[in-house]
Amino acid sequence: MVYGLTLVLFFIGLYGILFKKNLIKIAIGLCILEYAMNLLFALVGYRKGGVAPIVTSQEGASSFFVDPLPQALVLTAIVIGLGTTALLLAFAVRMYRHYQTFDVEEMRKLQG
Amino acid sequence: MNTIPYFVIVPLGVAFLFPFFSRAKKGIVDFLVLFSEGFLFFLALWNVAHAGEVQVYAMGGWKSIGGIPIGIYLVMDGLTRLMLLVVNGIAFWVLLYSIVYMNQYTDPWKYYILFLLLIAGLNGVVLTGDLFNLFVFVEIASISAYALVGFGLEKEALEASIKYQVLGGIASMFILWGILLLYQLTGTLNMADIGRVILANNHPPHALHWVAGLFLAGFGLKSAIVPFHAWLPDAHPSAPSPISAMLSGVVIKGLGIYPLCRIFFNVLGFESILGSLFLGLGGLSLLLGAFCALGQVDMKRLLAYSSINQIGFILIGMGVGTPLGVLGALFHLMNHAVDKALLFLNAGSVEYATGTRDMRKLGGLRALMPVTSTTFFLGSFAIGGLPPLNGFWSKLLIIFALVEKRQYFMALVAVLGSILSLGYFIKIQRNVFLGSSKTDKKIQEVPWVMQISVIVLAIFSIGMGALLLSPFRKTVLDPAVQVLERGCVHYLHSVLGG
Repeated sequence: MVYGLTLVLFFIGLYGILFKKNLIKIAIGLCILEYAMNLLFALVGYRKGGVAPIVTSQEGASSFFVDPLPQALVLTAIVIGLGTTALLLAFAVRMYRHYQTFDVEEMRKLQG
Repeated sequence: MNTIPYFVIVPLGVAFLFPFFSRAKKGIVDFLVLFSEGFLFFLALWNVAHAGEVQVYAMGGWKSIGGIPIGIYLVMDGLTRLMLLVVNGIAFWVLLYSIVYMNQYTDPWKYYILFLLLIAGLNGVVLTGDLFNLFVFVEIASISAYALVGFGLEKEALEASIKYQVLGGIASMFILWGILLLYQLTGTLNMADIGRVILANNHPPHALHWVAGLFLAGFGLKSAIVPFHAWLPDAHPSAPSPISAMLSGVVIKGLGIYPLCRIFFNVLGFESILGSLFLGLGGLSLLLGAFCALGQVDMKRLLAYSSINQIGFILIGMGVGTPLGVLGALFHLMNHAVDKALLFLNAGSVEYATGTRDMRKLGGLRALMPVTSTTFFLGSFAIGGLPPLNGFWSKLLIIFALVEKRQYFMALVAVLGSILSLGYFIKIQRNVFLGSSKTDKKIQEVPWVMQISVIVLAIFSIGMGALLLSPFRKTVLDPAVQVLERGCVHYLHSVLGG
C-alpha cells in the first residue's frame, strides 16, 4: 500500500517534469521525484516492530532493529538531490535574466 | 603497489585546493592542473603496463567478515585499467588544449575545478565495486558535466544544460531505483556480492528483469542510446569545445556504456535477450544518428549526432557477446574516444579562428589552417572507417563478429552506418576545409599549444591500429575482454577471493 503511494508520488514528479511549462515547476517535479525515491529508501529499511538501530551496551544482539543501511544511504541521496536542485535553480535564474520569464515555450533557441 | 586511491584523491584534492589559488597567476594554476592530470595519465599508463591480477582496495580499511564485504571496495581489473587509460589520457590532452582556448572565458580556475571534479567522478565510476558508490560518483561527474555545459552562460548553453540536467536527473532516479530494488532483493550493495547472491539463488526472482530495465533506462539516458538521446545533440555542441570533446569522448562512455557493461556482464549475468536488446538499440542508434547527422549545418551538432552513431557501434559489439564482438566494442570505444575528442577540438579550433561553426558560412580553411585541417582529415577518416586508421579495424572486428554469429542483417546495418558516417564527414570537409573562403575576415592558425594536443591525438588515431598486434593486445585489450567475457562467477571470485 505505502509502496503504491510512493509509485504515485514518482509519477506525479514525472508528470510535473514532462507536462509543465514553467521552469520552477519542472524543478519542483524533479524534487518530488527525488523525494519519492528517498521515501522508498526509508520503506525498504523498515521492519515491522523494529526499533531505532542504536546499539547500546545493555542490549544484546537479540534486539530487533530496522535496517540502518538505507537510512545512511538516504542521507547521501538527499545531499546529492540538494546539489542538483541548487544547480538547476541557479540556471533557471540565469535563464530568467535572459528572457524575463520562466516559460520554457519561449526559450526555444535549439531545435529538437 | 596499490595505486587505486590516487585516481580519486588527486583530482578531488587539487580541485579543493583551487579556491586558494584564485588570485594566483594563471601560469601557476595551469601548471598545477596539468601536473596533476599528467600524473594521473602516467599512473593509468603504469597500471596498464603492470597489468597483473585484480587489485582490491577496501576503503577505510573495512575488511570483509567471513567472506562478506562490509565496506566499499575499489576494484582494479582489466576493464577498469582500460577505462582509466581512456579517461585520463583524453583528459590530459583536452586540458592542455583548454589552457589557451579557455582564455575566451572568465575565471579559468572555476573551469578547472569543475573539470577536475568531472575526472574524479569518472575515475570513481570505473573504479568502484559498490553500487551505491557508483551512483554517488555518477552524480559527481554528472553535476560537474551539467555545470560545464552551461559554462559559457549564453542562452543556448543554459538551455542545453537545463535540458541535460532534467533528463540526467530522471536518469539518476531510475538508476537509484534499480539499485534500491537490487538491495531489497539481495541485501547487499557490493557488486560482486550481489552477483554471488543471485547465483546462489536457483530461481532468480522476476524482479531482476525490472531491475535490468531500470538500469537500461537510466544508463541509456546517460549514454544517449537512441530512444533516450534527446539531450545529446543540444548539450554537446553548446558546451565549450574542450568540454564537448570530454563529453563525447569520455563521459557518455564512462557514465553510460561502462556501467551498463559492468552491471549486465559481471553482476546480473548476460542473457541472450539482453544481447538482442543491445543489438536492436545499437542498430537504431547507428542509423538514426547517421541520418540525423547528414542533415546538420552546425559543425559541432553534426559531430554530436555522429557520437550517437558510434555509440550504436559499441553497443552492437557488446550485444553480440562473443569475445570477438566485445574486443571490437572495447577497441571501438577507445578509438571513438580519441577520434571524437580530436574532431571536437578541431571544431573548437575552427570556431576559435573564425568565430562561427555554421558550415554554410565556412569554407576554404585548408590553406589557412593547415594543422587543423590535416588532423581533421585524419580523425574523420579514422572514425569513418578508412584503412589503415584505427576506426577501420574496430568496425571490421564488430562486423566480423556479427557475421560469425550469423547476424547478417545487423552486419548489413553496421556496414550501412559506416558508409553513412563516412558520408557526413565528407560533408564537413567539403563545406569547411575545401572550397573557397566565404568571409573577408583574416583567419590564421590557432596557437601552438592547441596544435600540440590535436597533433598528438591525430598520431594516436594513426597508430592505434597497432593495439591489435599481439604484445599490445595482450596488455591492453585482452584483460578487459576477459573481464567481460568470463562473466559473473569469475568477477566475484576475483573480487571476493576464494
